[in-house]
Amino acid sequence: MFKFLKRLRGEQASAVQSQALEQEVAVETTLDNLAPDLTAREDSPVEPPKSTVSVQPILADQAAAETEGQDHKAPDQAARPIQLEAVELPKRSLGSGVRSLFGEAVNIDELEDILIMADFGVEVAEEITAQVKKDANKQGASSDAELRLLLKDLLTERLNREDSALNLDDGKLPYVFLVVGVNGAGKTTTIGKLARWLKDGDWEVVLGAADTYRAAAVDQLATWADRAESPIIRPAKEGADPAAVAYQTVEMAINTGADIAIIDTAGRLQSKKDLMDELGKIRRAVEKQAKISEVLLVIDATNGQNAMSQARAFTDVADVTGIVMTKLDGTAKGGILYALQKELDLPIKLVGVGEQINDFAFFSPEEFAKGLVAKK
Amino acid sequence: MFGNLSDRLSDTFKNLRGKGRLSASDIDATLRDIRRALLEADVALEVVKDFIGAIRERALGDEVSKALNPAQQVVQIVNEELTQILGGESKQLRFAKSPPTVIMLAGLQGSGKTTLAGKLAKWLKEQNQTPLLVAADLQRPNAVTQLEVLGERTGVSVFAPEPGNGAGDPIEVAKKAIAHAKKAQFSVVIVDTAGRLGVDEEMMKQAIGIRDAVDPDEILFVVDSMLGQDAVNVAKAFKEGVGVTGVVLTKLDGDSRGGAALSVANVTGAPILFSSTGEGLDAFETFHPDRMAGRILDMGDVVSLIEQAQKSFDEEESKKLAEKILSDSFTLQDFLEQMQQLRKMGNMKSILGMMPGAGKMKQQLEDFDESEIGRTEAIIFSMTPVERNMPKVLNGSRRQRIAKGSGTTVTEVNQLVNRFEQAAKVMKTMSKGGMPNIPGTNPVQMGGSVGGGYIGGRKKDSKKKGSKSGNPAKRAAENKGLGYLATPETKPGSAFGLEK
Repeated sequence: MFKFLKRLRGEQASAVQSQALEQEVAVETTLDNLAPDLTAREDSPVEPPKSTVSVQPILADQAAAETEGQDHKAPDQAARPIQLEAVELPKRSLGSGVRSLFGEAVNIDELEDILIMADFGVEVAEEITAQVKKDANKQGASSDAELRLLLKDLLTERLNREDSALNLDDGKLPYVFLVVGVNGAGKTTTIGKLARWLKDGDWEVVLGAADTYRAAAVDQLATWADRAESPIIRPAKEGADPAAVAYQTVEMAINTGADIAIIDTAGRLQSKKDLMDELGKIRRAVEKQAKISEVLLVIDATNGQNAMSQARAFTDVADVTGIVMTKLDGTAKGGILYALQKELDLPIKLVGVGEQINDFAFFSPEEFAKGLVAKK
Repeated sequence: MFGNLSDRLSDTFKNLRGKGRLSASDIDATLRDIRRALLEADVALEVVKDFIGAIRERALGDEVSKALNPAQQVVQIVNEELTQILGGESKQLRFAKSPPTVIMLAGLQGSGKTTLAGKLAKWLKEQNQTPLLVAADLQRPNAVTQLEVLGERTGVSVFAPEPGNGAGDPIEVAKKAIAHAKKAQFSVVIVDTAGRLGVDEEMMKQAIGIRDAVDPDEILFVVDSMLGQDAVNVAKAFKEGVGVTGVVLTKLDGDSRGGAALSVANVTGAPILFSSTGEGLDAFETFHPDRMAGRILDMGDVVSLIEQAQKSFDEEESKKLAEKILSDSFTLQDFLEQMQQLRKMGNMKSILGMMPGAGKMKQQLEDFDESEIGRTEAIIFSMTPVERNMPKVLNGSRRQRIAKGSGTTVTEVNQLVNRFEQAAKVMKTMSKGGMPNIPGTNPVQMGGSVGGGYIGGRKKDSKKKGSKSGNPAKRAAENKGLGYLATPETKPGSAFGLEK
């Protein structure tokens, strides 16, 4: 559904490369033509995935460190360009992750209570209910199916956003993701799943274990790194400076020519000022070498209205760019995500729907809304 | 967004002021506010409904209409009912007649079971028990390692025959653990289990298997205090699945209001035994239902504050102080001593955090610089005895000398003297029996209220229900009208340098 830019690797890469070297001028013109299409992410039917190739200049030190997919390596190729390809990630979906709001036929008078029980919050629940009632009146909808459809459309429309794709399309490698959140939200698991997902799509991933605080957090990430077959940067010792780990992670990503570096941080409650300040420090450490593409705030779907307070606080210090909702596979409906998008203008980008490594997907308003109104 | 309940109620009450009786519609308006506040505090809807029903019944009864101040009476009822559901008095952990006592931990993923296991072990060790930690979470990557590290930090043995990460049978581990504990004579066995969703039947079966294998004396349901509406479903699932004999609330050091506590207590009927309040292994305490009631309603934790103050305030000294204040001879020396006593009560942040209305100042509290007290001390230490006893003699050149001596600036010295004068004024008001009514002198009142509740001879009343200051909710409500601690338009933070 979304298209991203990553480094082109393997035979294709070398093939394209020699071609590129021969027809450098030609390719460069192609780049100019392609650029708008690639940034348009989704609907760019003109260019099928995996075949789109563009060329960008590369820094000398980056090129020197490149190892993979470069069969004919020679010192005179220092100025060799990074080849990018536009790809989609393997398909994953919410599946039956979201449970229906309705145990029985829809009763519009109970809608408000039902939404409150799904953690939408009082205000939102009142507002949505009023809107559904209004629409139902206008359209003369009264049957169970009609009301479900009405609610589904309303939610889908309101949850849809332009910016819900991961920021993996500007071609400035390596992308750096910072993953933040309160304790126990599911940061480490999220990173493991995301890494595996990217890996399945043939991305080179580097993980950074900057949670130097919690006992064995590093080992937990290391296990995920194993499963995702990705290298991990560990702190020199327990309690080491997380900013240093973050720095090294980015460094390694640059040196090995990886596509993306994902940095795990320690869980912190948003009310802890000093810990929140530490996030700023990690940010700055990363930004010495690379741009931060994404700061993902991980929120536990079982959390209630406090999620708003979490999102506010983390946005203040860490410039959150997107939200990951985890544990949506439980009985919790995660209704708070509605308010998070509306009130804080933060897109929900990913959802976690189970403990298995593949239980992970892009957030799709349509799927989510469908799940909520589904007939049991 | 809405402010806290105390703010909203005080708004409602403003309209009721002067009314001798509350009409049914007055009460309904109040109850609507309370309902909303509870929902915003993440109390589950069905629990809120029951709760509001019970309150309405009592509020319409005699006790309110005959009360001197009906509005406050409503709040008092709310507070009492809340405390009631939360379990009344604090409950103790049950120990087995013949050791080992077996405690099994269960809960959702990420609720904090493993960390709690470590804290509980440490706490038990301090109670002269010999705890054994059992690593029966073989699911989450490196949960076993985490428990081992915690065991190492707390000096508690860990039974971990399986490496975890999906390998091994937790039921077997649990069985072996009990045999091991009996043989090695551990007095308490703490079984850490994998996090599981209430709807995950297979995992719930596994939990039941572990339970049957260890025959626990306590099954502690570990609950994240940030849990939302789902708390009801989760609590039901665990209660019906593995069973729950006690509840532990975690992550209470965050800014969540912890409505989940109410939902879970209500659904499981099990007492909340402990609360976990931070990442350090000491951040663990016995649960106090009354304090939690105040938190859910955002009314501060006056009772705790008073208790703590009573512990560290020497009665004799307080009496002397009271006399001094009355005789108008309260000096900077006394101010200093009082402050030092306050500091004895513990971390200023946590004390201030207990004050009613402190919800608003959370951020300021986090910003609060403990070293500010040190600077204040330095300034007073740089004064001569005469200056300390008669602040009036502090002229410009003296102030300059003091600033130099204490490594501060004249401005800071001036600020201190101003704060002192305000504090003295407030204390005088209080010691004469009234609550201070000077907006903007907030933390001075904190000093004042702690000392004052005492000095004014109301110490004994402070715990009695229905007394002027005993009930946190009522007291908070009373104080509310007095710009207590957090009048938004005034800057909080005089005497103890909260200002930033």
